[in-house]
Amino acid sequence: MIKQRETRLGVSLLLAFAALLVLGASIRFGAIDFSFTDIAEAIASIFPGHPEPTLNQRIFLELRVPRAILCLLVGASLGVGGTLMQALFRNPIVEPGLVGTSSGAAFGSALFFVLGSVLSLPTGVWALPLAACLGGILSTYLVFILARSREDGRASIVMLLLTGLAINALFMSAIGFLSYIARDPQARSITFWNLGTLSGASWTAVQIVAVSTIGGLFLALRYAKQLNALMIGEEEATYLGVNVKRLKWIILSINVVMVAVATAFTGVISFVGLIVPHILRMIGGADNRYLIIGSALMGATLLTLADLVARLALRPAELPIGIVTSAVGVPIFLLLLRRSRYIF
Amino acid sequence: MLEAKNITFQIGNITLISGFSASFEPGKLHLIIGPNGAGKSTIIKILSRLLRPQTGQIEYEGVDISSASESDLAKRRAVLSQAIEIAFPLTVREVVMMGRYPHFGGHPGQIDENIVDELMDFFEVAEFSDRNYQTLSGGERQRVNFARVLSQLWRENSTLSHINSDTTQRCRYLFLDEPLTFLDIRHQIGFMKKVREFACAHDVVTVGVVHDLNLAARFSDRIVLINDGHVVANGTPTEVLTTDRIMEVFGITPTFVPIEKSAMHLIFE
Repeated sequence: MIKQRETRLGVSLLLAFAALLVLGASIRFGAIDFSFTDIAEAIASIFPGHPEPTLNQRIFLELRVPRAILCLLVGASLGVGGTLMQALFRNPIVEPGLVGTSSGAAFGSALFFVLGSVLSLPTGVWALPLAACLGGILSTYLVFILARSREDGRASIVMLLLTGLAINALFMSAIGFLSYIARDPQARSITFWNLGTLSGASWTAVQIVAVSTIGGLFLALRYAKQLNALMIGEEEATYLGVNVKRLKWIILSINVVMVAVATAFTGVISFVGLIVPHILRMIGGADNRYLIIGSALMGATLLTLADLVARLALRPAELPIGIVTSAVGVPIFLLLLRRSRYIF
Repeated sequence: MLEAKNITFQIGNITLISGFSASFEPGKLHLIIGPNGAGKSTIIKILSRLLRPQTGQIEYEGVDISSASESDLAKRRAVLSQAIEIAFPLTVREVVMMGRYPHFGGHPGQIDENIVDELMDFFEVAEFSDRNYQTLSGGERQRVNFARVLSQLWRENSTLSHINSDTTQRCRYLFLDEPLTFLDIRHQIGFMKKVREFACAHDVVTVGVVHDLNLAARFSDRIVLINDGHVVANGTPTEVLTTDRIMEVFGITPTFVPIEKSAMHLIFE
């Protein structure tokens, strides 16, 4: 027990250090590399009394840094989202991308882009994340309603995955249609929604995603103990004093908001939420407090690494980040599916 | 004191429990018996408020529990269910500690740690404290779960010899839903002895469901025989278990064999 507690603390500290390390690498390397002196000069240029920032310095301040921070936040959101979904469904092969949340959120944002320009909808900074949340809620709700068995109201994991597949296909084709008729350049790029990319990062995006990520993370931590109780079953959790129905709604809402807001700015990035909690569980066990903190840090670290690969592999061009996460994630997902220990 | 007053429970058009009334006293071991589909597990779930009946009410010490909060109830009511599967790698200690969840906020206190240690010893699972629950056998898992369930009702500064009863505090309610499944005969007997030991505390109301009529006869103080969702007989084992009743309810004829220690043993043709 004491050993496990130390392992968990060690893993968390190590991951926090790793996150800082990759953040450093992420702001240094890319289409243009910045040396430490470049970085120092760029930061200094913000303050009054220094010369106006040069083009390169502006690239650094307005594109590179927000992108690196957005990447950390999105990775943390997806990691925590995966942990929450897995705890809720008591199954380690679920993640937000598989049960429709991400594609629904992407649909909501694509719809906002297309209709927003046609109907001249209000375009405050919160309109887009709100549209993404509504889309995410719609798709996730649809998957849960349709996957539920008629007899006992429980969603078996096979039904959940198959329904998720269908709903994902539906929303993706809807996004395809919207991209086809869209005028907005961002919505026109179907790759943006399908494969995910961080190239649209801005400080506004960072601010909004920071709110949902940090808020969601702290809320999720408050329910870590109740999620632990849920691991031994819904009835047992009730006997331990958990209001299971309420818990389910709270966790689903936290998850949808975190994932949908992230998706609104980056498109669908799959498999981060699947792999991260799984690796953490193998190292330090299944305690949800540890998993939530760990998956935020590890999700942030891994997505930043994936983004580095995406930026450096075909430099100066860049790969959609979803290609990188899928290339790593799909084999691991298949491996997990083949392991018999899991209950379906 | 636990009282069930005129309980009716339906799912759709099917009536599972009709007009069920019974009272269960503290300090005694009550066992519910009956054929498959008689509604035994349903009764346990209603008494523990997992299920809410359409009519009638459940009272703990004279107070209707229908509006009690989950967290308040969890401090004084625990339920041991059959075969608990966990999809994630939890250690035995983590599972037992869950029993203390209703009693602490963020992190377990020293009292919680002590109680968990004590119960892991009591159920002989302390040796695999750090093992993954998923790797245990059915019988081992059941012992871990019983340690968990009792830790939920345990009070601090207790010693087993006194089973920590305290007349100034509210009653504690222990429900056992077929706890003997997956246990071999040695563990069945050992388990029933431990249940008896706990059940004799003055402030503990214990209600269980078992299948084996002989175990019920040997260990219980009171037996409630149910069939088709209503009470057929309620009383001491010798009052309830008669040849006619067993024939009527189970459709099989018993032979009573007197043996030394317990009063009677039933065998079936």
